[in-house]
Amino acid sequence: MYPFLRIGPLLLNFAGLAAVMGVWIAITITEKESLRMKLDPNQVTNTILIGLVAGVVGARLGYTLQYLQAFISNPLSLFSINPETLLPWAGLLTGLLAAVFYGRRKGLSLRPTLDALAPGLAVFMIGLGVSHFLSGNAYGAPTDLPWSINLWSEQRHPSQVYETLAAALIFALAWFSSTRRQGTGMNFLLVVAGSACVRIFLEAFRGDSQVMAGGFRTAQVAGLVVLAAALLLMRRWGEKRVAISGPGAAQE
Amino acid sequence: MNLLSETKLNLKPYRNYMLVGLLILAVFWTLVSRVPVDSATQEEAPPSPRQGFSAPDFSAELLNGGQVTLSELRGQPVVLNVWATWCPPCRSEMPALEKIYKDFKEQGLILIGLNLTSQDSEKSVVDFVLENSLTFPVALDRDGTVQRKYKISGYPTTFFIDKEGIIRSVVVGGPMSAALIQSKVEDLLKETP
Repeated sequence: MYPFLRIGPLLLNFAGLAAVMGVWIAITITEKESLRMKLDPNQVTNTILIGLVAGVVGARLGYTLQYLQAFISNPLSLFSINPETLLPWAGLLTGLLAAVFYGRRKGLSLRPTLDALAPGLAVFMIGLGVSHFLSGNAYGAPTDLPWSINLWSEQRHPSQVYETLAAALIFALAWFSSTRRQGTGMNFLLVVAGSACVRIFLEAFRGDSQVMAGGFRTAQVAGLVVLAAALLLMRRWGEKRVAISGPGAAQE
Repeated sequence: MNLLSETKLNLKPYRNYMLVGLLILAVFWTLVSRVPVDSATQEEAPPSPRQGFSAPDFSAELLNGGQVTLSELRGQPVVLNVWATWCPPCRSEMPALEKIYKDFKEQGLILIGLNLTSQDSEKSVVDFVLENSLTFPVALDRDGTVQRKYKISGYPTTFFIDKEGIIRSVVVGGPMSAALIQSKVEDLLKETP
């Protein structure tokens, strides 16, 4: 694990850099996909960037509300650059809402836009896996399997490698099926459902799972909800597609 | 080609069953891969310098004389800040650390400023402590033992350790804002002993 590199007074965060690289490559790929979906790549990129900025602001505000007293005592901390004072789910929610709002205002069609985002989303997850590998986060459960790695004082599942390989597989699926399912939204749902399946399966090999009552792993339960929603949408959108392209339809 | 189309057509009626089957399989896997309640509550995390693990024990001399041993502080939340005088972000976050220490020491907070003395000079440490009127204990890592034990890769590094000696959070780099330190300390103090 190489989370940081110190160059004089500068502390280079390799893990953070991998995640940022993931975002950058994801945006580049999304721009290409946007052209294929006959969308304006600038508008799609702007939607992502607005979502990211709103996400950071929302995550900071979420953290501030969670620890209100700490920020009332130290109001200037609201503008500090500490990434630890971000609340991820609040950021995700705010970023999504802002992106949807902006996208609608700019008249971006929902399903082609989602499909344009699909391969980029998978690339971002590859970046996240590499970032976890470099930082040693999202580490595996202890094991004595031959491919185990020594991490945090024990032989463990290389869960970060599993995660990265699974994300690469999802990317390959999304990339090669995007021409067949152009603009129907199904490619995006494929990435979401695939990612949920991967999370549900791989979480069992993690050593740092958040555990709910009854010993259930929170990520698996969340993955189940996402998978069910994605499969339901797949069925509904699939039915509509069949109805449109069914007998009597002149063209799709 | 015809065979392929026929296969596709044949699979379509089963698509819904396949989706439901996938969901059932996912639910089954979630059930079988639950964490046994006994192991989640009873197993003690091995010592390792990261979140969720037991903080590696150490002893170090204090600047004002005497010694501090981490394991003897069990029962109280501990903030362990690893720093050096030549490190600008370490210097910048000291006033915030001092403020939080003063605000929360009555509630049982222990704050140790562990100086990397093997890469620093003791005189600079004394001057810095006096100049900034630091009141929390400053420990000296003279031979780098603690630095190696805690695998310090960036300065400053701060460990937030709960009453059971488990590391709840690690912040690498700085300067930390006062609100960040306070939020972590509030979490430590909220936990039941």
